[in-house]
Amino acid sequence: MLRLEKRPTPSVFWSRATPVLAVALTMIAGSVMFAVLGKNPFEAIRTIFWDPLFGEFAWYLRGQLLVKAGPLVLIAVGLSLGFRAGIWNIGAEGQYIMGAVIGAAVGLAVYPTENRLIFPVMIVAGALGGWAWAMIPAILKTRFNTNEILVSLMLVYVAQTILAMASTGFLRNPEGAGFPGSRNFSSYPAAANPELIAGSGLHWGGVAALATVVAAYVLLQRHILGFQIKLAGQAPRAARYAGVKPERLVLFCMGVAGALAGMAGLFEVTGPAGQISIDFNVGYGFTAIIVAFLGRLNPIGILLAGLLMALTYIGGEMASTNLGLPSAAIQAFQGMLLFFLLACDLLTNFRIRLAQVEAR
Amino acid sequence: MKRRQLLATAALGLSMAFGGAALAQDKTKACFVYVGPIGDGGWTFQHHQGALDVQKTFGDKVEIAWQENVPEGADAERVLTQMALGGCDIIFTTSFGYMDATNAVAKKFPNVKFEHATGFKREAPNVSTYNARFYEGRAVQGHIAGKMTKSNKIGYIGSFPIPEVVMGINSYYLHAKKVNPDVELSVVWAFTWFDPAKEADAAKALIDQGVDVIASHTDSTAPLAEAAKTGGKVIGFGQASDMADYKPSPRVSSIIDNWGPYYVKRVGALLDGTYAQADAWEGIAGGEVLIGEITDAIPADVKAEAEALRDSIGAGTYHPFTGPINKQDGSPWLAEGATAPDGDLLGMNFYVEGISGEIPK
Repeated sequence: MLRLEKRPTPSVFWSRATPVLAVALTMIAGSVMFAVLGKNPFEAIRTIFWDPLFGEFAWYLRGQLLVKAGPLVLIAVGLSLGFRAGIWNIGAEGQYIMGAVIGAAVGLAVYPTENRLIFPVMIVAGALGGWAWAMIPAILKTRFNTNEILVSLMLVYVAQTILAMASTGFLRNPEGAGFPGSRNFSSYPAAANPELIAGSGLHWGGVAALATVVAAYVLLQRHILGFQIKLAGQAPRAARYAGVKPERLVLFCMGVAGALAGMAGLFEVTGPAGQISIDFNVGYGFTAIIVAFLGRLNPIGILLAGLLMALTYIGGEMASTNLGLPSAAIQAFQGMLLFFLLACDLLTNFRIRLAQVEAR
Repeated sequence: MKRRQLLATAALGLSMAFGGAALAQDKTKACFVYVGPIGDGGWTFQHHQGALDVQKTFGDKVEIAWQENVPEGADAERVLTQMALGGCDIIFTTSFGYMDATNAVAKKFPNVKFEHATGFKREAPNVSTYNARFYEGRAVQGHIAGKMTKSNKIGYIGSFPIPEVVMGINSYYLHAKKVNPDVELSVVWAFTWFDPAKEADAAKALIDQGVDVIASHTDSTAPLAEAAKTGGKVIGFGQASDMADYKPSPRVSSIIDNWGPYYVKRVGALLDGTYAQADAWEGIAGGEVLIGEITDAIPADVKAEAEALRDSIGAGTYHPFTGPINKQDGSPWLAEGATAPDGDLLGMNFYVEGISGEIPK
């Protein structure tokens, strides 16, 4: 018989190893599922994990990995700071939307002026939009002790309604014959966020994601604030004695997460998405929560996790088109990844012992 | 900017030149992009039926492929590019929101044919658009609604405030009003094509207002499921697909989108080399819009009138938008006896006189 024994301190080895183990287990369980669906499991796994990186069309798909991973990493790094400190911002999707709407509104307000400053100002406006949206649950928490999980989540639906209003109303393309959706930024160079190197998929959002990873790493390793964040999550009482002000920490973590999510929204709306439309948000804010945990709330881990998640999206699409796998099977496959990760996490905090040991 | 685009195009062109030879295959590959799951029982299900018709008709000569649940936006552009790279010869994009993505990708792959459903942009010679005159079916539904409502309140679940949907609402209302001058129409906007939870909420809101006939412009069976809970008080219609599971009531009739004939025609034209850019808009006459069986929950005389209306539209002797019709603000739109030009319909952004409420702006 097996028995679980709590480790005195979390295992560093298993903390690193569980993501790899989870991916391996996902591949095995996924293969079984694909086989049951009547598809060749090896071909399916190869299509999802190998083809986008080294297959015939890798030259195109590698770039698309960056397009998909950029916003995930940007949002997840911001969320991870709060998660470490025990502050649960679940509403990054709403902050992402508001960043896009506010940033796009600033750009469209000055259309068609051409000026080098327009795009940087839009980025700041996008970050402010996301920041302001995150400040609502943050201030409600610090002032009235409301639950930030519920408030931030509910605000996603408010943001979606504002997005619908923007695309059918105040940001609608006046030359669009009454159809919903704003002007397309690809035809407004001063406000556009094109690929920096053609075909690479890298736009300013990707650059910002990389810079954020580095900045977050430095913050957590070298800065007193990073120490306070970690301390508040691990030992809240000790943190108070150490002079950590919980209110300030909430405002900081929520604010950073909101600003980064808002920036991600702005880069997306001016780049790959091209315009404000009713269906602009596709769930990056929610997927980023998975990415943050898959990456162990560690900036470098998040970078890798974001790329892996992007890989399952793009590979999954290929498997769906080329092999006729239902899209629900791909979603189940992605779900397995989180499931196995959480299950394997047990090994970080617990040791598996044979029951004999107890009998001794 | 310009230069970058040029480079990108060149890169794609080159790879196609190399890739093209390797990919040379005798089978024509027809690909379909779906906004919802095939199992939605409505819009996407019907498009997939059309895709299967293509396979059935041409057998070994054609290979079909599809992708479900593709979000409208950046993801659509990537999926389309992957399909074009993957050897698709003709790609059908089956939702309005794929419009910009379809045109953008089409410009990069001039040898692949693109067919966009319900859109109006044909920015490259290899982009065609196709749609069906659903407003013809809405006229039949409006007639039934006007006759059947007891509360004189009828409802419509709108998806997005685009001309396609607005013309359906207007047609539905005009024909209900014609047979029941006291009828009032409530419109609820769901801002989605497929979201059973939101659609159910919209249906509930309408039922709470006393509405007893519901038409919907969204893709799932959720509104009918809500109507079914009222124990026969509320009736509705199958949308996009027959939704026969809800017969004989609450589903008393339906509009069935029949894409098969168009898909077979277009793929056939590609096979025999007669393919040309098109802007297709067929209705009951062309067989693209079918009126599903009117069940016994409807009195025989109403059923006969509704079928006569359907047949007169199909024969071309009656146009659902025949004047005199005023706009909501009272200003004249169509004079006595005049019929709506297609251009007016395709850009329709106003309610007709008598509908209360505003189109979301």
